[in-house]
Amino acid sequence: MAWMAWTLPTAIFFVVIACLLITFTILAIKFPETPRVGVLRIETTRGDRLFITLLGSAFINLAWLGIVGANQPFALIVCLIYAAAVFRWV
Amino acid sequence: MEKTVNQKAWFLVLPVLLLVAFSAVIPLMTVVNYSVQDTFGNNQFFWAGLEWFSELLDSDRMWDALGRQMAFSAIILAIEVPLGIFVALNMPKKGFWASLCLVLMSLPLLIPWNVVGTIWQIFGRVDIGLLGYTLDKLGISYNYTQDFFAAWATLIVMDVWHWTSLVALLAYAGLQSIPDAYYQAAKIDQASRWKVFRFIELPKMMGVLMIAILLRFMDSFMIYTEPFVVTGGGPGNATTFLSIDLVKMALGQFDLGPAAAFSIMYFLVILLISWVFYTVMTNLDKREG
Repeated sequence: MAWMAWTLPTAIFFVVIACLLITFTILAIKFPETPRVGVLRIETTRGDRLFITLLGSAFINLAWLGIVGANQPFALIVCLIYAAAVFRWV
Repeated sequence: MEKTVNQKAWFLVLPVLLLVAFSAVIPLMTVVNYSVQDTFGNNQFFWAGLEWFSELLDSDRMWDALGRQMAFSAIILAIEVPLGIFVALNMPKKGFWASLCLVLMSLPLLIPWNVVGTIWQIFGRVDIGLLGYTLDKLGISYNYTQDFFAAWATLIVMDVWHWTSLVALLAYAGLQSIPDAYYQAAKIDQASRWKVFRFIELPKMMGVLMIAILLRFMDSFMIYTEPFVVTGGGPGNATTFLSIDLVKMALGQFDLGPAAAFSIMYFLVILLISWVFYTVMTNLDKREG
């Protein structure tokens, strides 16, 4: 594993992503759902909304880094608000 | 009779999962690890945090390459899609000539990318290439190694030559699937050629056209081999697209950290655009279905 040059922050990052995927898989098995149409006028399931959230969060973090450039953890708060909005309305 | 639910078939997907893990997921994780560190080789890494990301976001280098890349993809799509449709509309519908056309059209698609690059590199040379020599004799100044415009024109014409067939073949397949009854109905209504295209052929081709646009966009957005062989990213940085810049950074300068950060942002842009295309495509299908 040494060749992969692991660091603690990146390890935590991937563990969080893995946990999210496992949680949503279990949710999908335990509580099957029907897709719904939201503000984007496209059909989405929970998994789709998770994908939109994660991809959007990556861009929010990059935008924060490029525009604000300091206090990066605050970008996560924006991401959480974004996530809540995506799961509520998309 | 009630259907039994059996999810054991998922185990058959395991080999693919393993393969993807080793070919894509693990390398991608390694890239993420590299992007937050600095190295001087010898597999020794030093924590750098988000330094590479902010450095790249502040520098013009990545933005310029992204701009060139977007311009290139937009130009080739704007040429290849209408041209491909036009070719498909004018291809013979059946018989010997249809088969011959199909074979001829597929030929450019079979040529390896670096060979395509070499063909055009020689074709455009002023001393021995047919195109370069002819243009030079006609008094048109053309030198793709020194002139910005000539370099771009060569790359765009090369891509159009290489890939218009793909769009044409897909559009042709879409056209073939339209039942004759539609055309007969149009004839009864005395619809003009344009109306037939606009209200029958275009809507019926929409699905395959979206696939063609997605494929062409992805391929042109990741283009490396052909411009590398023809112009090497020059003159200056005029044709340094994202992948060429990335390779320069990662292998030329051996800046693994910045190159990893660059790759991640490149990947995110591709992921976003692919997702948009995919969503539009599946929604179109559903509406049609």
